[in-house]
Amino acid sequence: MIELDQSIVRQEEATAKEVELESVIDVKDLSFYYGQTQALYNIDMKIYKNRVTSIIGPSGCGKSTMLRCFNRMNDLIEGTRVEGQILLNNKNIYEKDIDPVRLRRHIGMVFQQPNPFPKSIFDNVAYGPRMFGTHNREKLQEITEISLKKAALWDEVKDRLHKSALSLSGGQQQRLCIARAIAVEPEVILMDEPASALDPIATTFIEDLIDELKKNYTVVIVTHNMQQAGRVGDYTAFFLNGYMEEFDTTEKLFLNPASKKTADYISGRFG
Amino acid sequence: MSEMQLTMGESKGKILSSSEAKDNINKEKVKGIIFQILCVIAALFGIVSLGALLMYVIYEAAGWLDWQFISSSPSRFAEKAGVLPPLVGSAFVIALVAVFSLPLGVGSAIYLEEYSKKSHLRRFIEINIANLAGVPSIVYGLLGLGLFVSTFNLPHGIVLVGAFTLTLRVLPIVIVSSQEAIKAVPDLQRHASLGLGATKWQMIRTVVLPEAMPGVLTGTIIALANAMGETAPLIMIGAATTMFTPPHGIMSSFSALPLQIYAWSDFPQSEFQHGVTPAAIVVLLVIILSLNGIAIYARNKFYQRKRQK
Repeated sequence: MIELDQSIVRQEEATAKEVELESVIDVKDLSFYYGQTQALYNIDMKIYKNRVTSIIGPSGCGKSTMLRCFNRMNDLIEGTRVEGQILLNNKNIYEKDIDPVRLRRHIGMVFQQPNPFPKSIFDNVAYGPRMFGTHNREKLQEITEISLKKAALWDEVKDRLHKSALSLSGGQQQRLCIARAIAVEPEVILMDEPASALDPIATTFIEDLIDELKKNYTVVIVTHNMQQAGRVGDYTAFFLNGYMEEFDTTEKLFLNPASKKTADYISGRFG
Repeated sequence: MSEMQLTMGESKGKILSSSEAKDNINKEKVKGIIFQILCVIAALFGIVSLGALLMYVIYEAAGWLDWQFISSSPSRFAEKAGVLPPLVGSAFVIALVAVFSLPLGVGSAIYLEEYSKKSHLRRFIEINIANLAGVPSIVYGLLGLGLFVSTFNLPHGIVLVGAFTLTLRVLPIVIVSSQEAIKAVPDLQRHASLGLGATKWQMIRTVVLPEAMPGVLTGTIIALANAMGETAPLIMIGAATTMFTPPHGIMSSFSALPLQIYAWSDFPQSEFQHGVTPAAIVVLLVIILSLNGIAIYARNKFYQRKRQK
């Protein structure tokens, strides 16, 4: 009992410290619609710099929709509409003068299914820099090496950079996709259930990697796996039916949730 | 249902041999074999007819189809007759059709698949393309005549008009097959590209086109093989049935292989009926079948390469 009290005190101290953290993204009263159907209701949340924020919740709760609002990938779907604001470094990304293409160079994304291009490993990592106008071979080689090292893939592929990316295993492909996202030096990396298509060992690799990445990047990860959120997330947001039910430090949300629904979900009573 | 359960119950524990069992399995199996034989006959019907046609034509052409036949001009003496001018005419026209139809077809397909929203305009265009694919080819001949000869005042029966007209003819096929190839590119690839901050044009250029190109080319080659055999539209635009010199430019008159075959088939002499005409048919078939062969080979090669990756 005393131990528990102490842990709560420690958490509160931690929370107090975290409040001082700089937020990179600030979501203010965000609502999202697919045509007539509202998918997100009045979301308010902050994404802190150099921290991993997990978004959890049952299927259809709007967590992936939320993630795709951050880099405006939802714009690609016809008939979608956004209300409210998402501030990236105090600038609303839904402002008229913000080009989603430019935005996506600041906010990278890793998808659920590993989706390398059917090109060589090198061409995959060099894809982004090339699109931005870097064509110097040495420069591209340097970027590729750094990015693959950061994605903990370099040692496995350095001898076959010019082999097809599709020859890699699923876990390697997903780390390649992370390297590809890193290569354009984004501030924030969004990950949409990055390990759900992978086996447990590959999943461990990805989780360790996420922990490494937060030294240099801010990471937002959507997951339906609560253990994963518990392992990798500094902060966790729990979404339910399009509402953000609770948002707090991961420790607080898992050990001492404020909402009954959060408690029910993380204890596996539904979802 | 209950009867079946009963039977199952009776035979529980022992499986009877086919000769002593009193169920319907044997009878049904005989029906199955008869059905299978009927299907084989249906499948063979087409192949056997094609084989018979090929054998007959090749048999008749034997002795006539030689280098002299390929390299000479038509003549009223069967021994001297050759297919050089219509052969060059066909090749010339088809090459131009390829040059015209590929950018137009791929451009339309990219517009429809990548740019156009789900609007009434898009529905309208798509329905019309589907309709165009079903329009009889002689109507394209009339269109070519009305548009290029009467309206744009181009001369009758020249290579350019022939190529334009056949381009109209194959365009719907090229568009639809290009659309299919573009649709087959997974959305995940598009999202990967856009998610990295590529513009739409960069995404199309670096992801969609390279992935779709083999499918586009396969469809285009098959469309060109179709165009190679077209006769009616070329008659309509006034192409010559017989030319004694190959066309030397896009503005010169031409004849095409199917037209020459049509002209020769009318000749009363038996050498033409049973020698020269079949020889020209073999030349045409060899070209068309090789084009189709190239398309199939390229497609298989591509899919193999994809699988190996």
